[in-house]
Amino acid sequence: MTLDAGHTTRVEFDYSGGERLTMNMGPQHPSAHGVFRAILTLEGETVVGVDAVIGYLHRCHEKLSETLTYAQYPSIASKTDYVAAMTSEFAYVMAAEAIGKIEVPKRAQYLRVIAAELQRIASHLLWLGTWCMDMGGALGGGATIFLYAIRERETILDLFESLVGARLLYGFYQVGGTRYDIPAGWADACRKTIDVIDQRIGEYEGLLEDNPFFQARAKDVGVITRELAEDVGIAGPLLRGSGVNFDLRRSAPYSSYEDFSFTVPVETGGDCFARYRVRMVEFRESIKIIRQGLDKLPDGPISSRPGLKSVAQIRIPKGEAYARVEGPRGEVGCYLIADGSAKPYRMKWRGASFSNLAVLPHIIPGHKVADVVAIMGSVDPVFGEVDR
Amino acid sequence: MTHEQAKTLIGERFGSAEVAPVSAEATGKGLVVTVPAADWQSFARFAKDTLGCRFFSFSTAVDWKEQGLEVVAKVDNLDSGLALMMKTKLGPGVSECPSLVPVYRGADWMERECYDMFGIRFDGHPDLRRILLADDWVGHPLLKSYAVDTPHPPYR
Repeated sequence: MTLDAGHTTRVEFDYSGGERLTMNMGPQHPSAHGVFRAILTLEGETVVGVDAVIGYLHRCHEKLSETLTYAQYPSIASKTDYVAAMTSEFAYVMAAEAIGKIEVPKRAQYLRVIAAELQRIASHLLWLGTWCMDMGGALGGGATIFLYAIRERETILDLFESLVGARLLYGFYQVGGTRYDIPAGWADACRKTIDVIDQRIGEYEGLLEDNPFFQARAKDVGVITRELAEDVGIAGPLLRGSGVNFDLRRSAPYSSYEDFSFTVPVETGGDCFARYRVRMVEFRESIKIIRQGLDKLPDGPISSRPGLKSVAQIRIPKGEAYARVEGPRGEVGCYLIADGSAKPYRMKWRGASFSNLAVLPHIIPGHKVADVVAIMGSVDPVFGEVDR
Repeated sequence: MTHEQAKTLIGERFGSAEVAPVSAEATGKGLVVTVPAADWQSFARFAKDTLGCRFFSFSTAVDWKEQGLEVVAKVDNLDSGLALMMKTKLGPGVSECPSLVPVYRGADWMERECYDMFGIRFDGHPDLRRILLADDWVGHPLLKSYAVDTPHPPYR
């Protein structure tokens, strides 16, 4: 992780005058949403080279998982992407269930979907707030949208708190089902919360899209072509913003997603604005899915291994599986190899943010420094997931 | 491109490849293909151009102790849903593997991570250096020979 100009991705531009300047953006930078260092090579205000330095938050999750049983690791998995903790738990338990051929009761599958979609709304709200704060002045006073979005996110965290007792890292998913059932009155509280958010999303769209400064900062900035998107393997709203109609919930349904009706938004612009539009539609689609889930929630047990405490209740045989879920940032995958013991032989995280961030060196050169902030925010990286 | 069509095409072009369905893949459209390391890059090119697997999902490695390292890469055809898991066994004591960066740009960071964690040298990688750990880190932590409690100097 040294800076060596020889490693930097460079694009030569016709620029007549001034010498090149190397500038550090990060590791501590308010727009990085974590610890990320971009070594920029500048010609005047224009970025001509980027060397992305990551790893500041590395906790060796993959080595750690080899020392923890299938019953223990799910609650650690939530610490990879801590903004959408439900997602990584989901991928890990799905991989273990696939190897062990462990069935999941229908009620648990629906509860998993409801939690995952609430998590998507919470994660997108944090993205919307922080991204708009990054672009600050253009939106008439910086923290306006941020405070609104955080207010809404709090109401979802309140729901999670009454569901599992925690607001950030949950441990809600377990091999075989979920750890808790919804408490009395939770469904009504959930309906009220999403009704409020549903109505307010429209207000935010009005605030933003009627603002010419927002349009200027988001449109035609950070364009990712479809070819580049697939080649680098970016996923989620970024991929769909680049014209690829691919959503795992639709293309490879898991956990009863085939029972729900929702649309997958696709935009062809590939710029920050397209990614913004995709996420704004996803808010409403998630709300739709949650409503359907609460309406159709079947009765029955919440786990085929209730009260899971010991790994002896699960028994994962020798085998391997790759389980993937559509997280707020795209495909979160868990490649799990089991050797028949109580702990995995090898586990690999495909973190959506890692692949999404890898596209930055390809798209930033040619933009102004201020655009770097807008582009990075539109990628929505969570560094816990990048560095794992 | 269906599962069966892909299987036939792979058999025609790469006779030495072992093809098995992914038992746990939820869609039932997944294939696991094991090719010799010498065919690693040409197989990736074939997967991208002929099978239409243009989406690079991830690549990683597995340390099978005395049997040596195995490199794994997963690519998808997003239009047909074909998921292809490519594997190659490097053999005991071998830590060289052809790079996929000339085929997929997404392999750049993934192979750097693989080098960082397993010490695999990818021939043809334009910028092979550590990515998650510090440059002065000693050893490659995801090797089975690397103990969890290996001491290390404080982070700079």
